[in-house]
Amino acid sequence: MWGILRRSAVDGGGFSASSLRRTRFALVSARSYAAGSKEMTVRDALNSAIDEEMSADPKVFVMGEEVGQYQGAYKITKGLLEKYGPERVYDTPITEAGFTGIGVGAAYAGLKPVVEFMTFNFSMQAIDHIINSAAKSNYMSAGQINVPIVFRGPNGAAAGVGAQHSQCYAAWYASVPGLKVLAPYSAEDARGLLKAAIRDPDPVVFLENELLYGESFPISEEALDSSFCLPIGKARIEREGKDVTITTFSKMVGFVLKAAEKLAEEGISAEVINLRSIRPLDRATINASVRKTSRLVTVEEGFPQHGVCAEICASVVEESFSYLDAPVERIAGADVPMPYAANLERLALPQVEDIVRAAKRACYRSK
Amino acid sequence: MALSRLSSRSKGISRPLSAAFSRSISTDTTPITIETSLPFTAHLCDPPSRSVESSTQELLSFFRTMALMRRMEIAADSLYKAKLIRGFCHLYDGQEAVAIGMEAAITKKDAIITAYRDHCIFLGRGGSLYEVFAELMGRQDGCSKGKGGSMHFYKKDSSFYGGHGIVGAQVPLGCGIAFAQKYSKEEAVTFAMYGDGAANQGQLFEALNISALWDLPSILVCENNHYGMGTAEWRAAKSPSYYKRGDYVPGLKVDGMDAFAVKQACKFAKEHALKNGPIILEMDTYRYHGHSMSDPGSTYRTRDEISGVRQERDPIERIKKLVLSHDLATEKELKDMEKEIRKEVDDAIAKAKDCPMPEPSELFTNVYVKGFGTECVLCSVQGPLCEF
Repeated sequence: MWGILRRSAVDGGGFSASSLRRTRFALVSARSYAAGSKEMTVRDALNSAIDEEMSADPKVFVMGEEVGQYQGAYKITKGLLEKYGPERVYDTPITEAGFTGIGVGAAYAGLKPVVEFMTFNFSMQAIDHIINSAAKSNYMSAGQINVPIVFRGPNGAAAGVGAQHSQCYAAWYASVPGLKVLAPYSAEDARGLLKAAIRDPDPVVFLENELLYGESFPISEEALDSSFCLPIGKARIEREGKDVTITTFSKMVGFVLKAAEKLAEEGISAEVINLRSIRPLDRATINASVRKTSRLVTVEEGFPQHGVCAEICASVVEESFSYLDAPVERIAGADVPMPYAANLERLALPQVEDIVRAAKRACYRSK
Repeated sequence: MALSRLSSRSKGISRPLSAAFSRSISTDTTPITIETSLPFTAHLCDPPSRSVESSTQELLSFFRTMALMRRMEIAADSLYKAKLIRGFCHLYDGQEAVAIGMEAAITKKDAIITAYRDHCIFLGRGGSLYEVFAELMGRQDGCSKGKGGSMHFYKKDSSFYGGHGIVGAQVPLGCGIAFAQKYSKEEAVTFAMYGDGAANQGQLFEALNISALWDLPSILVCENNHYGMGTAEWRAAKSPSYYKRGDYVPGLKVDGMDAFAVKQACKFAKEHALKNGPIILEMDTYRYHGHSMSDPGSTYRTRDEISGVRQERDPIERIKKLVLSHDLATEKELKDMEKEIRKEVDDAIAKAKDCPMPEPSELFTNVYVKGFGTECVLCSVQGPLCEF
């Protein structure tokens, strides 16, 4: 649909790029729902972010499996091939090690690749290039070779895709100095963080979530502007509270917000922090919140051992120990490969009940 | 081998010439044609001619630079044994003709990327002896400010992209650089160098496939020194015809101990890659040292083999014979040149030994281009050093 709009604008003449974009979004949102506020799906947010950055900088190009002709395995890159042509959007063979290495090499030479992994599970085939070729190069070369690349794609569990397609890689990548690791939740997060990632001169691992792609979120005028950008390294307080701090990222933010509603019914006021940035972690915001509430619950989808939650707990214990009124709580995915059966899969992932129970425990309301 | 004797080169005329270059290389660019010692073997292409265009200046500079490279590597050996160089140290002596022949065929806009045996490539790209020794000894004036080490030399202003420790990784990276060159319409090529050990890596074939599909100006250069660490090529590769391993990608097998053959092949490859996409060059070469300074290099090959190659195929000896037969210098003049080189190397080492180690605050620099100001990560033990 966007391709068609674009063509008619070119034929008709007289449209500026940004006014066309606003028109497009207005059309989309007018169809979606009630008049007044604008909404946007995460998918559209990501697509528009890539589109705008490609338009602004000719060095930005997209590479990955099915990103071009297929319009993207999850339609994130829809319309980009038609708009920018095969010199900016590259369909690769199914060879992650090869094309990731090529992407990193292109970044060495000054281009700005946006490399898509169909899921981050497949990034393991290319992880040497992400870590040894990309993350460490600026340091090893003492600043001669920087790597302005973005590795993006869906991360974590989807629905029923089994053990090899469900792992969360946030903890793995966030442990590496030289990488920046981002995890958006809302459409605004998606737009602002992806634009920041593409503009960033360092390698960024951008962890999306398949189940969030179709979700709609309200989006501000500011966020729709093509110059919109969110800072890397700052968390967002999604909901203010005074009794317990609950931190999380990606899809779990939605679950934690639901849990906060339930907790509010029982008189517990939860402060919900959407991390947005896993590396660097916004320790300042997390600790300031814990110093206010005195209690911490950390939530993630990934495996518990050596996880993002473990890092947050350690940081809070190190920096805000005397403020804690209860032991820190970790809610993570079960320590098992993801099972297929629907009931087991549900048991393997944090649910709203688990988060509520942990928050109550931190507030001495339950065992 | 055809030796073209230039009639103007009598001993009388060469004397002032030699006086000139006992201080510096002659600037005389009289053309010479050199025949390569062996023919090229080709796969899916027509091999280039064995007659290589050169000049007196080039011939002399080949000798000088290769002798410099040789001396530098031997000095590194001593420094390693004196424990001034730590960790890994992979020496290139024996393979100098590849580095020098390649440089003679290309410009600094053409890119080179290689593995960890990178000291001489760095020198060939314009790096200085001082930067080499300072980096090897972990000092702040090293080419990577002491933070890279032997395996991580870079010189971006000469399109030298390192210096890579993971076997085979540099090949897709090199194809990526070639991608960028094509994307930016630079009319330049990338030489991605790797060894016979790396030649079996899957990512090579992935990168070659994409290079061929997208017509990237990538030139894959296999420096076949016949041993992947301690494993001889016949124990590692079902097909050790590395120039053919590209299947649908053309290849050329080159005598890697002959700097002129290397030059001709690289010139041919550059023309090919700019028009037709990737090509593989297999350089038949040899390393005198073991895989690294931790490897004596004699448990998997005989001393006779090593000394045999040194006697029959040494690349510097070959150039020396050419210089002498073309009357460009006398034995004594070449010996004087070698003495000068030795001194140059010794001076660079002395200066590097005096260079201080990096400041402690450098621990936290260059992690990112765009760091986070005063937000320190895990610096409770590091105190105020950790701003980056």
